[in-house]
Amino acid sequence: MTIQVKVLTRPVADASYVRAMLSGMALTFKHMMNPHKKTEQYPDVKWALSPRWRGTHRMLTDETGKAKCVACGLCPQICPANCIKLVPGEDEEGNRYPLVYEIDEFRCIFCGYCQEVCPEEAIHVGRHYENSEYSRQGFVYDLERLTAQTHPVCEMWDPADPKGE
Amino acid sequence: MMLATLAVMASDPVVYHTYYDPLVPVTALPWLLYTILKMIIVFTVLMVGVAMLTLAERKISAWIQDRIGPNRTGYGGLLQPAADGLKNIMKEETYPDAAYMPLFILAPMLSFIPSLITFAVIPFAAPFSSRWGLVEMSVADVPIGFLYILAISSLGVYGIVLAGWSSNNKYSLLGGLRSSAQMISYEISMGMAAVSVLLLSGNVSLQAIVHQQQTMGWNVFPLLIGFFIFCVASFAETNRLPFDMPEAESELIAGYHTEYSAMKFSMFFIAEYSNMVTASALMVTLFFGGWDIPGTQWDNIPPWTLLKFLLTLGFFFTKLLFFLFLYMWIRWTLPRFRYDQLMSLGWKFMLPLALAYIVITGGAILVLDMLQVPRSVQWFGISPFWAVLGVLNLVLAVLVFVILDRGRIISPAYSRLSPLHIARLRAMSAARPFAASQGD
Repeated sequence: MTIQVKVLTRPVADASYVRAMLSGMALTFKHMMNPHKKTEQYPDVKWALSPRWRGTHRMLTDETGKAKCVACGLCPQICPANCIKLVPGEDEEGNRYPLVYEIDEFRCIFCGYCQEVCPEEAIHVGRHYENSEYSRQGFVYDLERLTAQTHPVCEMWDPADPKGE
Repeated sequence: MMLATLAVMASDPVVYHTYYDPLVPVTALPWLLYTILKMIIVFTVLMVGVAMLTLAERKISAWIQDRIGPNRTGYGGLLQPAADGLKNIMKEETYPDAAYMPLFILAPMLSFIPSLITFAVIPFAAPFSSRWGLVEMSVADVPIGFLYILAISSLGVYGIVLAGWSSNNKYSLLGGLRSSAQMISYEISMGMAAVSVLLLSGNVSLQAIVHQQQTMGWNVFPLLIGFFIFCVASFAETNRLPFDMPEAESELIAGYHTEYSAMKFSMFFIAEYSNMVTASALMVTLFFGGWDIPGTQWDNIPPWTLLKFLLTLGFFFTKLLFFLFLYMWIRWTLPRFRYDQLMSLGWKFMLPLALAYIVITGGAILVLDMLQVPRSVQWFGISPFWAVLGVLNLVLAVLVFVILDRGRIISPAYSRLSPLHIARLRAMSAARPFAASQGD
């Protein structure tokens, strides 16, 4: 098929620059007078996060202050980004616990599968977004750091309430 | 001459004391002192005002875009200009290797100085009767006021052109070329539009033009089309949107000041804003009665008290601020013209309109004067001369904006093709061998 030049016929006779300009200026003036500005005063006023927000992780602890993790190995198994490093250990009573539990937050894609898969509700993604470190190594969170986080945790997707309301 | 007068005054103090008359302009030493004082004050106000205008520009753009704008430095961002100025002074000046250094350094000054000295002849308030006589409230009360402004304001383009050329950068050069083309095209219509004001007032002195408007009424009504042409042309002259061809961020990076940094860049910026101030002041003076307080006559006659001075100054500044706001309002509303649209608007619409308008206004003034229609205020505070010219202009405005403005003033992209052209294009594309060989 040959290339055709597609030219639309438009109502040139009705086009008016002056009228279009005046209506545009009326619109901008209306916006200027509008007291509801969209700016977020970020450091002063924080953004209200959704309850389903998935941010940097947090490891929950039991009453004795120990991590709830039983080192079952489900979270490194499901992690699509392969960012969880888990070395399981076992104490004298036969209880498994993580010897090493590290999450590389730079590799993490914050899908939240680790929280969904966790049988003990130990690992959680958090409702938190302000992170900064001086090195990439600083973003590898170890068990101590994961348990020390205090921010609220994500409330996962609920099939009964798909919009999270 | 000044030394001689000083010597006379020093030797004969009696002459100096008997001089006092509140309605005679000051001379000699008091004149010198008042002029220096006015220079300092006007310069300071202009520079501070320009700094504040950069903040106002950012604030207004923010409000128009439903944002808040700078509000961290000082109360409501009031110290932002000071912070910006400090930054620009402290910044490193970079000099491109390929630049032609003498002109590269000279160009910001050439753009900066004319933009400041144009304001010198603008009368910004009612004269003030001081102890030593009448002080005219313009830095230099020259009788050729308007010609001076035309002469000086056209010098500003040299700074831009030289900046574009000496940077030795293709984008700068294109910006400089566009600027010179644009300013030359629009300067003509601007001058032509102002001729109608000069015809009506019969004088080029800005004081006389203000006085004519005080006795007759503001020129914006009897010279409505002239005001429209002047307003559009002064937007083009100051390189503001929708005519900011020389800068054109999206096409030319920053046009003529691409290679400039720190205070040199800042100088171009100050030049742009003080050009805006001068153009606004000019519009106020030529078409909106200068420092006249509307609807009253008491402010136009002696005694020239301090109260009158302050009130008229306030009115002048209010009008000035309105036009500065208009500049910003339009900047954040309209997109930039295409280059060919700009040129065709200037040469094919503005210039013929301005020329025809001079003929019409000149003819109308001649006829009205022959019929001895009184120029001074007659019925209900309205001058018949003013009213008749105004009605004529309203008719012309309807003709221009309702009948002529049908996709002709600014040619839209799609209006340039006639059916004949379209048929020819179709035939061309059908006959193209490559397209034919592709088949389907």
